[in-house]
Amino acid sequence: MTFFSDPRLSEAAGHLPDYLGSHLRVSIAALALGLVVSLPLAILARHRPVLRGLMLAVASIVQTVPGLALLALFYPLLLALASLTFAWFGFDFSAFGFLPAMLALALYSMLPVLRNTITGLNGLDPALLEAAQGVGMTPGQSLFMVELPLALPVIMAGIRTSAVWVIGTATLSTPIGQTSLGNYIFAGLQTQNWVFVLFGCVASAVLALAVDQLLALIENGFASRKWLRSVLGGAGIAALVALTLTPMLARSTSSYIVGAKTFAEQYVLSQLIAQRLRGAGLTASTREGLGSSVIFAALAADDIDVYVDYSGTLWANQFHGTQILPREQLLSELSALLAKRNITLFGTLGFENAYALVMPRKRAEALGIHSIADLAAHAGSFSIAGDYEFFSRPEWASLREAYGLDFRSQRQMQPNFMYAAVASGDVDVIAGYTSDGLIAKYDLVVLDDPKHAIPPYDAILLLAPSRAHDTALQTALRPLLGKIDIDTMREANLRASGNDADSSPASVARWLSQRIGTD
Amino acid sequence: MTMPTAPPISFAHVGKSFANGAAARVVAVDDVSLDIAAREFLAIVGGSGSGKTTLLRLANRLTDADSGTVTVEGEDVRNADPVQLRRRIGYVFQSGGLFPHMSVAENIGITPRLLGWPADQIAARVAELLALVQLDGDGHGARMPHELSGGQRQRVGVARALAARPRIVLMDEPFGALDPLTRDALGEDYRALHRQLGLTTVMITHDMTEALLLADRIAVMRSGRLLALGTPAELSESRDAYVLQLLRTPRRQAERINTLLPGAGAA
Repeated sequence: MTFFSDPRLSEAAGHLPDYLGSHLRVSIAALALGLVVSLPLAILARHRPVLRGLMLAVASIVQTVPGLALLALFYPLLLALASLTFAWFGFDFSAFGFLPAMLALALYSMLPVLRNTITGLNGLDPALLEAAQGVGMTPGQSLFMVELPLALPVIMAGIRTSAVWVIGTATLSTPIGQTSLGNYIFAGLQTQNWVFVLFGCVASAVLALAVDQLLALIENGFASRKWLRSVLGGAGIAALVALTLTPMLARSTSSYIVGAKTFAEQYVLSQLIAQRLRGAGLTASTREGLGSSVIFAALAADDIDVYVDYSGTLWANQFHGTQILPREQLLSELSALLAKRNITLFGTLGFENAYALVMPRKRAEALGIHSIADLAAHAGSFSIAGDYEFFSRPEWASLREAYGLDFRSQRQMQPNFMYAAVASGDVDVIAGYTSDGLIAKYDLVVLDDPKHAIPPYDAILLLAPSRAHDTALQTALRPLLGKIDIDTMREANLRASGNDADSSPASVARWLSQRIGTD
Repeated sequence: MTMPTAPPISFAHVGKSFANGAAARVVAVDDVSLDIAAREFLAIVGGSGSGKTTLLRLANRLTDADSGTVTVEGEDVRNADPVQLRRRIGYVFQSGGLFPHMSVAENIGITPRLLGWPADQIAARVAELLALVQLDGDGHGARMPHELSGGQRQRVGVARALAARPRIVLMDEPFGALDPLTRDALGEDYRALHRQLGLTTVMITHDMTEALLLADRIAVMRSGRLLALGTPAELSESRDAYVLQLLRTPRRQAERINTLLPGAGAA
């Protein structure tokens, strides 16, 4: 099978109108906002050294914040702002998706424009500025007739730099709920779908190059007084803007939005839910790759309607629970806590996706290790690997305390690579996830936790406040409750991590639906 | 008895100093009083740092005086809108000061455009001026400044200064950067325009020979002070050592040329 006949390619192409349109919309809005703010600021600051220094310093600091963090920071910021405006003025706005992404990207776009505009204007020959005064220009006329036209090449270079940055960084707006070409990249990385990753990277690079070249055409037209070029470049940009507004590229308005976090299981489950809703005659779409705290806040704010979370995660992260409760008690506590926020804990799916200590089956058997208690004796000579957050989570502290674990060394790893690392002996133990399909694939074993140091992580369906009494939705979802056992989920996850044509979340969801008999 | 009319430009006890570093102030113009008569061609001569350029800039408020009074056609410039003032006074800059992103025609027509003249009038005026500074024909109007020679650029600079029909023209070392032949031709051509259009011209130069050849009167400045003022003949009567030193060079050159080229001078 060649690359071009790969069905994943046509699936990727099918998403292109939506992803590209959303990506362009947020990028161009951010660039326009960035320009509208930074050009006047630069003009104002060029003769004011203190203001200039301050502004450039702030813009540089913004630039040093990693793009992903900047985008993620805007979400809680806007959420707080929205609750303030609601308390004071009686209205709020959606802090999800477009708005935080656009604001963060606009902020990100400012440094090159500010710096180049100030440099361009301040670098002009003072004799020309005097000539502008001498022939009788007002300061405004001097600015628009002489200074800006002469500084244009330097200013345009800044605008082009920021356009390329913004279009590239916009791929990171997926986790805060803004659909973008990053959806390909996040989904592809999580489900090992390299066709998607490649497609997303190439699409955003092509888009960045195209916008850069159109801006270059405008600049070149001005510089060489060939206005046709500028007009063509401007028309190109205008066409892109118009394109994002056409109905073909507009996000289809569906009544139900299913959220998914950033890992394969979530992609599969969100597809499963969306397929069920469609099967029940409802319109549904998915919003994937959302950050863990973003997705919960988005549900609470009715920006999404339904998603799957895990009891232990909610307990520790959202409600800062530190004690470890038995399964049923945890669920009822959670249910009460969620109800206070008008969120419905609709039910459990039937499996648990908990942290667990995992090692190769053969080695465990050879050493006689069946539980974490057995492991403790060997820990001093073992190394352990976990995902980026594991070692700072309460589960880790609780495990160490309960079993007196003290490993020789600990490492952080991308979750997808942990399983291969432990299977090959690079590390001795990993903190894996119980529902991960790779456990079976690499013939690993999950060690027992006799002291129940790790809290239960039942997969639970959460409904947004506005869906608390939505019988159509609840009727469609009810058949999923309690139907997915751990082996089924592991197999589904293993399928999703495959690198073949049937490994897309949608195909795996169809397989899962058949398997549990809900299709 | 004639009606006493106000001089085109008058300086009365004018002073101007600039901040120089933290503490010291540099006095650029020190108590200068000077009346320029209608239709006069006045040259201001002095070395660098003598204050001659500052004095010129005080007349169209590119700089404002600290003390004393500057009047233009009877009006105290402090009461004049600086932008309007500059639009009615022609100004020729040291190295042309042409806007590199505008064509020759656009450069010449800039002040009329700022004054809101209709486009056809501007075009007619530009054509007229191109002829006046002998740049007609050959499509000079559509060219960009970088396509011109130094002499041509300075002719465009003169045309631009004259575009809005000013009665006063200020020139800041207009021909300083040109080769001697071009410089001489341009000086002569401008002198003819000055007479033909009835202009009042103040020209700054560091070259006494140029001043002697073109100007009606010469003002000599040194360290911000007006050292001497008069016709070439009056200056030669001066007892000031610096003035005499300035006059010595052109005189000696003239004598040497007369000996080297017999029959060229004393007819």
